[in-house]
Order: sequence, then C-alpha cells, then structure tokens
Amino acid sequence: MHPRSLLGPVACLLAVLASCARAPAPVTFVADGKPEHLSDWHLLDVAGGRLVPNAGVLPYDLVTPLFSDYAHKLRTVWMPAGQSAKYSADKAFEFPVGTILSKTFYYPRAGASDAVLKTYDPEPGSPAAGLDLSRVRLVETRLLVRRADGWTVLPYVWNADQSEAQLERTGDEKTLDLVDAQGRQKFTYVVPNENQCASCHVTNLKSGEFTPLGPKARNLNRTLAYTDGSENQIARWVRAGFLTGVPAGELPRAADWRDVQQPIAERARTYLDVNCAHCHQAGGTASNTSLRLDALGPADWSLGLCKPSVAAGKGTGDRIHDIVPGKPDESILPFRLASTEGGVMMPELGRSTVHQEGVQLIRDWIASMPGHCQDAPLKD
Amino acid sequence: MHPFHTFPRKMALILTAVALAALGALGGCSKPAPDASVRVGDLPVDIAFAKKLQEQLLDAKPGSVIEIPAGHYHLDRGLSLRVNGVTVRGAGMEETILSFRDQVAGPEGLLAQASDFTIENLTIEDTKGDALKINSGENIVIRGVRVRWTDGPKTTNGAYGLYPVKTKNVLIENSQSFGAADAGIYVGQSKNVVVRGCRAEQNVAGIEIENTIDADVHDNVATGNTGGILVFNMPNLSQPGHSTRVFHNRVDANNLGNFGAKGTAVSSVPAGSGVVVNSNSLVEIFDNDITANVTANVIISSYFSTGYFNTKGVQPGYDPYPRGIYVHDNRFSGGGDSPDGMDLKVLKTAMFGLNGHFPDVLWDGYVDAARANVAEERLCVDATASGVLNADGPGKYKSPHLVSEALRCKLAPLSPVTLTAPVAASAATV
Repeated sequence: MHPRSLLGPVACLLAVLASCARAPAPVTFVADGKPEHLSDWHLLDVAGGRLVPNAGVLPYDLVTPLFSDYAHKLRTVWMPAGQSAKYSADKAFEFPVGTILSKTFYYPRAGASDAVLKTYDPEPGSPAAGLDLSRVRLVETRLLVRRADGWTVLPYVWNADQSEAQLERTGDEKTLDLVDAQGRQKFTYVVPNENQCASCHVTNLKSGEFTPLGPKARNLNRTLAYTDGSENQIARWVRAGFLTGVPAGELPRAADWRDVQQPIAERARTYLDVNCAHCHQAGGTASNTSLRLDALGPADWSLGLCKPSVAAGKGTGDRIHDIVPGKPDESILPFRLASTEGGVMMPELGRSTVHQEGVQLIRDWIASMPGHCQDAPLKD
Repeated sequence: MHPFHTFPRKMALILTAVALAALGALGGCSKPAPDASVRVGDLPVDIAFAKKLQEQLLDAKPGSVIEIPAGHYHLDRGLSLRVNGVTVRGAGMEETILSFRDQVAGPEGLLAQASDFTIENLTIEDTKGDALKINSGENIVIRGVRVRWTDGPKTTNGAYGLYPVKTKNVLIENSQSFGAADAGIYVGQSKNVVVRGCRAEQNVAGIEIENTIDADVHDNVATGNTGGILVFNMPNLSQPGHSTRVFHNRVDANNLGNFGAKGTAVSSVPAGSGVVVNSNSLVEIFDNDITANVTANVIISSYFSTGYFNTKGVQPGYDPYPRGIYVHDNRFSGGGDSPDGMDLKVLKTAMFGLNGHFPDVLWDGYVDAARANVAEERLCVDATASGVLNADGPGKYKSPHLVSEALRCKLAPLSPVTLTAPVAASAATV
C-alpha cells in the first residue's frame, strides 16, 4: 500500500477524535483588522475528515456560477443572531453589518495525486455535507465581510496539508495539473489581490461601492439539498432568519446555463451576465467600451450586435464586430472568451484556462441569431 | 436610410490594402528584435519585491508617496491601485524599470482607478496588455514615465502605452512610448488634458486624443509611428470629443507599417500619416514641423472612411463628420510621395506623376450636406500647406480634385487648456 493512502484514514480518525473532544468555537465576526488565518473566523470546521460549515453557517449555491478555471466552490453565508438581509429583486441583497460570505475554491483530486479533475460532478463535496478532505484539493477561501464601514475582502490561501489557510492580500499563484478524459493541462491558477477582488466587486465606478455579486434573488432561486432535506434556497434563508422582505408570488430566476431545455438566448445572456457584467454594465469598470453584457440590457449595439470594437487592441482577433449574427467565427466575443493571452482574453481576471463549454454556448447563441451587419446597398 | 452607407467599403479596402502593403513595403522601418542572448529562458520573478510593492499600493493613504528604488525588476502579475491621492515615484526612467515580460495575470502593468494620482520617473515594459491604464479619476499627472515593448513593434504587444480613460484634468509630460500595438500615448473620453514634451515612436498611433474635450498637445515628438498624432471621435462612447489644439510638435517620418490588429480604429490609418483627424470637431493644428510622412503630412477624414460604419452597430446620433478643422502656420516639408496601399498609390501617380507627391493635406471629402454652409464647421487650411486634395470619398473616389484655394478660410483660434489645481500646482513646480 502506498504510504499516502495510509495517511488519509489516520488523518480522518484524528479529526474525528478532535471533533469529539470539543465542540467547535462559534463563528467570530472580527469587526476590524485583517485576521491572518481563516480559522480565526471559525466559519468552516474540520469534522470527520470533512471541511464543513460551522453551526449556523448556511451553505448556498448559484443557478449559474462564475467560471473560475473549473474550480468548484463551497459558498456560505452567516449573519449575527437577530440580523437579516433585505430582499432585492434585481440587485445583491442588502446585508447587515456582521455578515460573512465565504467562497472556498477547490478541485476534486485525480486519484491520490496532486493533479485535479476537470469535471462538473460535485462529488466528493456538496454544499451541505462539506468536502471530503482526502479527495479534494483546497486552493483558497475568499471572505467578504460586511463591517460598519462597508465590505472588506480577505483572500486566504490553503496550505499543503489543508489544515489552515493564510491571508494573502497580494494574491498568489498555484501551478495546477487539470485532468479529464481528453488529457491534462498545466496552468497557473491565480489568486487575485485585494484590489483585483474590488475590480469585479465594485460594479459602479462612480460610487466606488463594493458589493457581493453572487447572492442575488434570481441566482439563488433554486433548490438545494441541505442535511435535513431539499428546499428552495430563498425559502430556507427566510426560515433561517437571514432574509426579510421577500414578496409573495413568483420570484425572478436566472437561466441555468447548462440546462439545454432552456432557451439558448436566456442561457447565453445569463452566462454573460454572471461572467462579464460586473465590469460590462452601465457605469461599470468597462463602461469605457460601451459594451453592456448584463442580462437586463437591451439587445442592440450595446450588447455587441454589429458593434465595432473600441479599445480591444489585439483582442479583435482581426475581426470587426463584437457579434456578427449567425457568424461566431467573425465575432470578437467568442474569440476573446477562447483566449488565455493577457490583453486578449476576457474576462481579463480570474481565469487562466478556456471555459470550453461556455465558449460553445456563446458560439451556439451567436450562430442561432438571424440577420447580418451589412447595410442594404444604395442604388447608384 | 443613410446616404453614405455604401461608400465605406471602398475606403475600407483602400485602408486595408494600405495596411497590408505597408507591412511588406515598410517592414524595414521596424526595429529588429534585440539580441536573443539578452533574454534566455524565464527571468526570475522578484516575488518579494512585487509583493511589497502591491502591499504598498493596497495600504496607501491619501498623501502617500510610494518610492520605487533604482533597479530592473521582473514582475509576473499586474499591479493595481484604488486609493486617491497617491504618488508612485521611481528613481528615473533609466533607473527604475518594471518588466512584465511573461506576465501571467494583469493584463496591465499598473491599473489605477483613483483620483489625485501622480506617477513619475520610471519605466514599464513588456506588459501583455496596456502598460499604464488609469480608468476614471480626476487630477492625473504622468511625468517622466517611459513605456516600451522591447521586441519592437509587434501586433501581440499591448494595445496602449499611457492610457488615461474617462479622466479629467490630466497632465502627461516628458514621457515616452515605444511599440504600442494601438496607441502609445492615448487619452480617451476625458476632459481638460495636456500632453507635452513627450516622445512617441514605433507605435501604430504615436499620440491619440479620442472622444476628449479640451486637449492641448504640444512640444512633443512623434516619429517612426504608423500615424504621428491622431484626433479621433469614435461612435458609441460616453461623449463626443471636441476642441483639441495640436501645436509646436515635431511630426516626422511616421512611416512604420501598420501592425495594429484588424478591427481596431487605428488599423485603418495608412502608414505614412502625420497628423490625422477623424470625425472630431474643433481641431486646430498650428506651428508644427510636419515632415516626410509619405502618405500625407495631414489627413482629415470621416468615420465613413474607416470601413467600420454600419447602421446597426453605431449608436444613432453619432456624428461622423470632422467639423471646424483649422490647419495653419505649420512648417511642412517632404511627405506624400509614397502613399500606403495600391489605391492611394494609383491615385497619387494618376494625379501627380510617378515622381510627384500628394499635397500636404489629404481630405476624404465627406461633408454634412445639411450644414455645409456653416462657417464655423468648415475645414480651413492656410498656404503654409502646399495644398489640399479632396479624394472624393462620397463619389467613390471617382473625381479627386485639389481644393487648396477654396479652403483658404480662417477659423477663430481655440482657447488654451487651463489645468486646474492640484495638477496646475504640480506642473508649476517642475
């Protein structure tokens, strides 16, 4: 037997014993400063060889998530007792002071090696049951903490034995081997620095206000398998006392980008909304390009239809228009999504690999569009 | 229906051909790549230095001065700043060099989203994307900053060198850009801007003022670019630009083959362009030395000539006409003798002979017919230019003709740009 496979069960056993010996400390909201270790927050706990949300910490998942180099994400929300967020139909909820949102980026391991799997299968982790530490590779956990003076962002990077994550305000790099049935690719996973976090989370340049991106009504409106059964996430947030002001009746719901039963335009617009619109929206960081990719924007030139590029540089890929209906190969948008070269690739932060399935979705959407960009010829 | 919408194809062809031909013909102008032995394998990344510098940028407070000591540092991730009132200062553009060769993330060298920002006395080189981007902010000073791509002009270089966009009250002085694949010194969608004492070389566009209101571009040198100094208005942006003065610059031999990616606005610029106005309004070009730009020393053109116009993709209300352009009291010599692209070559030879040359000003001839008689919106060129050729773009280039005499009008001079405090105070101390 390989020594590494012996170590796993031993570590599990130790963890179980440890967790029997003591109840985990309650979640600690640190009102200011920058705690050096993730464990200072007592948000996640190791129990039975699994990384699990601590008591009172609610896991959540999104209908359509941001692509991050095929990383899986364990997301949690916690608020102090008696505090709740205020519902909004189209923006991020208004969270109370004391809120802690966390997102742990991890990969299923390819066997016992350090290589990681490119897969959409959530095993060996799940939001409710946590992550089997012997079968996942933890990379980083990002915290968004709502303090009296606004949101603070804290990127923690996990150590090799997955026992602790250390604050890395200036970000980090990890070389990962990503494996699937087609083969393997080595890439540099980049942990963003604090400012780079803000470059997505500050969605309005003028106000400069930091905002969570994921927990919006339309992207939370789905069922999740909790430890005590399945339930709609918004209903659960209300029941847990985390959310007030939810109106009666039908709530908005984002398209699931992977659900082929749903209309392709809605899936594509949702995909662009989640992956691009934090910058590409009215007033956003990329508003200098006038390209708006939020799901609520009009489907005209501002969505890129027949729109000449503004500041793309080599990012045009020698193409003239952002989107040419029916012609993905003549469109700039899928070209930039399919690149990993700095100055060409979009989004320009947060990925080092190509999201093949996402590119295919955008290509299929463009291919399905009727029309063209030519003006009708004038009679001489 | 737009009356002109069949014409841009033609000019697009001209300009595309221009670019392609120029790449071949003028390839000799580009700087050879440096000796490969200088850069072999991966440069070690100065991890501790990069971490400390980024930490200083994170922890900066209004009033902070971040000094970067002399040294040639290699960083592999872009730097970013989001705090107002910060100064980043090197020990000199020859002494403090930040290299981003083999950058893995960024894509900029330094991205600042901050007001009251000053950066000076350093070099940023070999970034994957833009070298120095300042996205929104007021009171910006860029002084003594050099950006460059050390392999010389390449399409895969970063797009912009010095790149303030959506900014207000901006001074760029005594700075340099070499090798940008779009524009070396580019000011976009901004207000109240001065670019002076700078040098732009081996970029597609040397200095470009785009969709900007109130800019003075003076005492600069633009040489060896595809186009020297550009004043453009592109569609779909947050504001149309107007009121730019281009004066007392040296704009010499901008004959480098166009290496911009197709689809960028600057890729439509023929190699050999001195000062180019496209679709902008109220531009005064005077007291410059404009020499040896082989397509034309000055080009006045409309967005219709870029080939990018289409009614679906361009916001209604966009004004594609250059209006109120005044070219006077410049010192011209040479130029116009070897225009870029087959169509322009044929045109030049047909009208001026094999050994002849275009006059100093080449105009595509697009005029807003409804306002053709508005005096303030005319194109006026004085006799210091050898003449003006109307290329007859609207007539599909069938009837090009000299219009030198007809354009000997005068326009009121534009007001100088006045930088306001604190940029004005900073400028005064130098």
